[in-house]
Amino acid sequence: MIPTPRSEATDADGTIRLMVNGQPRTVTTGLTVTGLIESLDLTPALIVVEKNLEILNREKYDTTVLTEGDRLELVHFVGGG
Amino acid sequence: MDRLKMRERQADSSAESSRDGPLVIGDRRFTSRLIVGTGKYRDNESMVQAIRASGAEMVTVAVRRVDLDQSNEESILHHLDPGEFFLLPNTAGCYSAQDAIRYARLGRAAGLNEWVKLEVIGDEKTLLPDVQGTLEAARILVGEGFKVMAYTNDDLITALRLEDVGCVSIMPLASPIGSGLGLINPYYIREIKSRLSTPVIVDAGVGTASDACVTMEQGVDGVLMNTAIAAAEDPVAMATAMKLAVRAGRLAYLSGRMPSKEVAVPSSPRHGMLD
Repeated sequence: MIPTPRSEATDADGTIRLMVNGQPRTVTTGLTVTGLIESLDLTPALIVVEKNLEILNREKYDTTVLTEGDRLELVHFVGGG
Repeated sequence: MDRLKMRERQADSSAESSRDGPLVIGDRRFTSRLIVGTGKYRDNESMVQAIRASGAEMVTVAVRRVDLDQSNEESILHHLDPGEFFLLPNTAGCYSAQDAIRYARLGRAAGLNEWVKLEVIGDEKTLLPDVQGTLEAARILVGEGFKVMAYTNDDLITALRLEDVGCVSIMPLASPIGSGLGLINPYYIREIKSRLSTPVIVDAGVGTASDACVTMEQGVDGVLMNTAIAAAEDPVAMATAMKLAVRAGRLAYLSGRMPSKEVAVPSSPRHGMLD
């Protein structure tokens, strides 16, 4: 992975800010998508991740490091007609 | 008694199998002509029981955000085995072609199949489809390799255009989604069926078994419903009623009904009466 440039301000306390399903969330710098999914107690195989309006391939969950301001949508199948 | 029952059952199934073939949509074959939704059930257990009772093989699901505040929220895949049912992701709740395309892609990324039940809604009160948005989204999704089953109005011209675009099934409504008003315009539905070579599945509006039966009697290829089963007092019993109604309507259609006339004609001989 290419290291993502981060501003001093966001990196100072070792955290970054994300939007996850419309809610602001502060996470540790360097957290991967897999790390985020696990921290939320979700099963990666059952969810689909959209990052900044692009669907993220499941094989990339482990290697995708989240960066300041990322907008994530974690979706799954629910009942519907 | 048992022998009589057995004979009845054999007669039932042989009449059906000799008259009817499978429902073929795209490259898939289905025995059941009933497609059911998974929304609005009281609990997951009764949903699964009702779906099994309906005999449906194709089952619709919706794509939604994981509720992060509700730690125990489960994916419907915990309850429905994609090996047992063919799960059809929908784009319900989308009010633009762009949104519907986004939801369709998310549904496909879940990795089950490349099918989508396309809905682009145009009005919150009636939930009637935005046919222009539906056509636009259908064109793009078909181009991306999706098998599109398109929810639409009971409008022939839109149905023809959706067929031209390459949808695998055209799904005109019986009446508004969740209304239970039944088949409002049988003439339009018959007209659509007679003009299309793509399978026509009537989607939305069925309220009870007679609605499903009358709809199938128009000659359409199948019926899709959700609320009529999920909101019944006993969803499992209603699912069974719907299964039978769809089969009855289909078989009645294939049997060629007697002409209706506005005069009485006696069923018993007029001659041979006593003086």
